[in-house]
Amino acid sequence: MAHAKLLPRQQLILGLVAVCAPLGDACLSRGMTSLPAISLAHPSTLIAAVFTPWIAVGIALLLGFFASYLTALSWADLTYVLPATAFGNVIVALLARFCLHEPISMQRWAGIVLITVGVGFVAHGPSLTERPETQASSEPVLQQEQTR
Amino acid sequence: MTLPYSAPQPGLWAAVAMIAAIVLSSTAGEVLTAAAMKSIGDLDEIRAHSGLKGAIRAVLTCPLFFAGVTFLALSFFSLLFALNHMNLSLVAPASASLTLVTNAIAGKIFLKENVDRRRWTSAVLVCIGVYFLAH
Repeated sequence: MAHAKLLPRQQLILGLVAVCAPLGDACLSRGMTSLPAISLAHPSTLIAAVFTPWIAVGIALLLGFFASYLTALSWADLTYVLPATAFGNVIVALLARFCLHEPISMQRWAGIVLITVGVGFVAHGPSLTERPETQASSEPVLQQEQTR
Repeated sequence: MTLPYSAPQPGLWAAVAMIAAIVLSSTAGEVLTAAAMKSIGDLDEIRAHSGLKGAIRAVLTCPLFFAGVTFLALSFFSLLFALNHMNLSLVAPASASLTLVTNAIAGKIFLKENVDRRRWTSAVLVCIGVYFLAH
């Protein structure tokens, strides 16, 4: 059950976890700042905002993030998956630097290095805590046919 | 990051309480969601056997999952509340980085995860890194 090495498919899911969340946030931010100020007195404008392109893409990306995050949690430890989420910020900062040519301060470079080293530490270890297989799964969801 | 309108900043204890509310509810949400997903089993395998609908049904019929989502929603609303009183440049990095450390502690205590020296080091490095990057 426990396997230290991730399959390529699982690495892809972790990549989606890292990329979808910050890109989704960026789309939401871009969409919301381009709208006129929304007041709580007119909540219908908030609902209309959902159907503007940037916000719709942002919501789709965040849904993709949540689906891949849940999938990752089903076969990896929480303390393994969370650093992957943080690594997404590094990807976005680097994209902003090299695609949008935004300047990055020394402090941000230090942050990028620290997160990358931290994620490297975790990624080298096992993805799931080894447990003796004593109890059966709480739900008879499936028979484990394939042995890993 | 500068705001067009900067609200009067709350006192130290009010700020600590607001950030603590975000961090604690978010940690509870993450731990409950992780426990739910572990109890369901490998989603990729469920999807291979019973299709996407089967996988979605397995998640949506798990009460722990809803407990987790409730706490995550609570953390989102406490973030909104805090943003109403404090600057984004303090709230976002402080809560995001502290959550990494509280999750490592909660993962060890409640999920019995093997948080070894490697994972502690990583949690602390990523915590400082996120603060630097977002501040």
